[in-house]
Formats: sequence, C-alpha cells, structure tokens
Amino acid sequence: MVNMLVDIRGLRVILADRPVLDGLSLEIAAGELHALLGANGSGKTTLACTVMGCAGYAPAAGEIVFDGERIEQLALHERARRGITLAWQEPARIEGLRIGEFIRTGAPAADAEAALAAVGLDPGAYLQRMLDRTLSGGERKRIELAGALALAPRFAILDEPAAGIDLLSIDEIVSVIEAIRAKGAAVLLITHEEAIAGRAQSASQLCGGRIVCRGAPREVIANYKARRCARCDGATCGYG
Amino acid sequence: MADLAPLRDALRAVGADPSLVLSPEAAHVVAYGHHVVSVQSVPGVIVLAERERDAIRAEVTVVAGARLAQPVHLCFGLFEPRGIQNVRLALVMERDARATFWSHCLFPLAEQARHAMDATIRLDERAELVYNEAHYHGLSGGIEVLPVARVSVGRRARYRADFSLVSGRVGRLEIDYTVEVAEDGVAELTSRVHGRGEDRIAIREAVHLNGVRARGLVKSRVAVEDEASAEVVGATFGNAAESRGHVDCLEIVRGNAKASAVPEVRVTHPLAKVTHEAAIGSVDQKQLETLMARGLSPEDAADRIILGMLR
Repeated sequence: MVNMLVDIRGLRVILADRPVLDGLSLEIAAGELHALLGANGSGKTTLACTVMGCAGYAPAAGEIVFDGERIEQLALHERARRGITLAWQEPARIEGLRIGEFIRTGAPAADAEAALAAVGLDPGAYLQRMLDRTLSGGERKRIELAGALALAPRFAILDEPAAGIDLLSIDEIVSVIEAIRAKGAAVLLITHEEAIAGRAQSASQLCGGRIVCRGAPREVIANYKARRCARCDGATCGYG
Repeated sequence: MADLAPLRDALRAVGADPSLVLSPEAAHVVAYGHHVVSVQSVPGVIVLAERERDAIRAEVTVVAGARLAQPVHLCFGLFEPRGIQNVRLALVMERDARATFWSHCLFPLAEQARHAMDATIRLDERAELVYNEAHYHGLSGGIEVLPVARVSVGRRARYRADFSLVSGRVGRLEIDYTVEVAEDGVAELTSRVHGRGEDRIAIREAVHLNGVRARGLVKSRVAVEDEASAEVVGATFGNAAESRGHVDCLEIVRGNAKASAVPEVRVTHPLAKVTHEAAIGSVDQKQLETLMARGLSPEDAADRIILGMLR
C-alpha cells in the first residue's frame, strides 16, 4: 500500500458566496508528480492557495492531511516549515530584494547559482538583480521555480510553471520539475500544457469544484479534450 | 586637525568607514554644531567653511572639467544631547564636472536638538552630481531636522539625490527640496525614511522641468509604524516640450501609524508629459505570502519587505 503524503478529503471552499471547491478529494504520494487539469475558473488556483494556507482561503469543510497531520488550521508559514511550498501563478515582485536573497530565503544553504542555472538563467546576470518589476513575466516565473527547487520541499505546488516561458525552454522547466520530484517530493502540477502534463505519473481533471477524472495523464488528457465530464458533460471544462 | 574621534565613532556606528571619509585624497568639511572641525580641498575641489554668527557657511566648488575619483564628504552633526546646528551650503558643479558627494548628518546622542540645512546647489552645463545624504538621529527621537535645498540643473546636466534615514529614530523631519531642470537635463530624487515611535515626517520634493526634453523622477519610499506619521508630496511640473516626469510614492503603514501621499503633477506645455503612481497601506499581502511560503513568519516577512523597500 502506498503511503499518501498529501491527502485532501471533501474540501469545500466558498469565495464570494460561491462554492469554488465543492467536496474535492485528492491524494498524492511522496515522489509522485501529479498534473491537475481544468478550465479557467474551475478552482485550480483556489486549491493551491487553500492547501498553502493563503489569506481568504480557509476551507468551509473538509480536511487537508499532510504526512498524517491535519494542517488546515496551520498558518501559511507553519505549513511552509513542514515542507510545503507554492510557486505562484503570478509571482510577486519585491522591491529591494535580490534574486539570490530570495532563492536563499528559507534555504540559507541552498546553491542559488545552481538553481538559477537549472531554470536557464545566468547566475552572473541574475543573482544580484532585484526581484522587481524590471523582470519579465517569463524571467520571474523561472526564478519562482528556481526558488522552489532551492527549498527542496516535501510537497511543491506549482501553479502553471510554464506560463510565459518560451517554447524553446519548456524542456528546462520540465527538468526542474522532475528534479524537485526526484528528491522525493510530492508535486501538484497545475498546467494547461499538454506536453508538461504528459510527463506526470498521474493526473486528474477538476470541474465544478471536484475531481471528476483521475488516472494516467494520457487518459485524463484525452478525457478532458473529448469533453467527457461526469459533472458538466464537457460544457464547462472542455477544451473544445 | 581638531578632534575627529566623535565623528569616527559615529561613522562606525552607522556602518561607514572613517578612513574613507577622512582620506587625504578626498575633499571634506566637518562641522560639529557651529564649530568647523576640519576642511580639506583636493585638486579639482575647493572647499571653504567658516562659522557665521548663527550658522556654519560652507562653499564647495568642483571646478570645470574635474572628474573626481573620490567622493566629497560633508560631515555635519552634533555629538551631545542638546544643541542647534544651522548650515548654509553653496555647492557648485562647474561645466563638465563630475562628482559624488556623501553628506553624513549624524546626531547619535540627540535628545533636544535641531539641525537646519539651507542648501543651494548649481549644476552647470553637462555637469553630473550624485548627492547621497545619509542621516542618523539616534534613538530618542528628540531632534528636529529641516533640510531645504534649491537645485538648478543646467543644460544636459544630471543630478541624482538620495536621502536616507532608515535606522534609529527620525524625530521631526521636514524635507523641502525644489529642483529646476534645463534643456536635456535630468533630475532624480529618492527619499527613504523609516519612522517609529512618535516620529513626524514631512517630505516635499518638487521638480520643475523647464527645458526642452528635461526629465525628472521623484521617488519616495517611507515606512511608518507605532504612532509615527508621514506626509509625502512628490511634485513634477512639465513646463517645456518633450519634458518627461514621473512621481513614484510608496508608503507602508504598520501599527497605529498614519501616512498620506500626494502626487502633484502639472503640465503647462502641450507636449510635456508627467505621470504618477502612489501606493499606501499595509505590507502587500502577495509579497508577504510569497516570503511566508518560504517559511518566514509574518513579522519577519514584513520586516524583509520594508527593509527592501528602503534599500
């Protein structure tokens, strides 16, 4: 029997009087790369923020169990200290904070140069640069991923890590995600990129606030693209 | 040379290297209260300073074409709990001169003190000046600091000023800087202040873009906490064709502190353009959570963000 590092049960999250997550359950094992697919607005980022413990994302019901411990009452930084981290869909810029300092935050012994090189950024050009708005969206996303790599998390939530990344660099991103997983981390990979989702060990499809399909990535992607959805008949979640 | 030990101690306390500040290769003026302690000129820089009835009068001229390898240091301060220091500074950057100035304003023991600076700064054609003003006012908050500067930036000249008061207490601070920029000139003003306790901060920085293609940036970064307050006015006036200006104000408020930001922008020429942005409030939640997701406590994350903003 596989021990599940992450075990989410019956999660319900209400935002602006609307249940965005409505009884969602999902399990991820240590060392498992799990891709989560779903249409815009289906609740993928809400799930990421809820598991991480962001302000305004307290569950109305359900449990989030990490390594056998219920964590839904823990503050965000307490979850982080247990080994959970989130690489944001739209990462923040922080004026006056150098990129090297950011990558070493929470990981003082990390090799920031190696982490930057892994995401295809020249450490000589980026370590001393500020994590501010002079960075492009793609650069900032790469730095976010480098930061996650440096932390060596036990559970990494990667929210669209390839968004804004040029096509020629997608393989680098996939390699970094694989490197995080290879250290034994559970990885929840939120993505719209079929090529990236296809590299996962497992995948699931989110619609109407619930997981409606789980299996091998190839099957879930096919199901999704065919608009097969028990919950909405593809009207909500299909790519078309 | 008179006793420089208090200055050396104060410089070390704020992380500066006294040997660089008082280097024989660097021009300087040192004054405690209304007592001129040391004046040093070097090739390319003429420094004069004398005591007047109720002030120190200092005149610094960087001669035409001089390119200074070492910064010029202006060291003003009081090294006793009570006192008054009035400074009248006239700084001239002659044509094609290029220099960096460090103004060290040190009041480490101030409990009931006052420092007033009345500065006139002139940059002639193509001159370039970086003017860094670093203050330390001690821990009591019992000081008033009132710097006033009138700056004229000549044709194709460049002026960059950076005011910093980020450690210790502020006391009462009233900055009033006005800069006039001629054709193709550039002026960039940045102020960084961290207020605590009962500190009172008032900043008014105005840039008048009077020449064709003149450019200006007024940037302020202020953090206030406890019962401190801050009022920041960043003003830019586009008075000539193709002049471009921007006002950028960011204030972070914690505890019971209060802050206001008033960007003032005006154009009097149809081909001028000035813009502004101002953000005021608590620490940005997204930034906070970004650092907390790396294990920092909310307090440590907020401190890191404020420290970065004031950097």
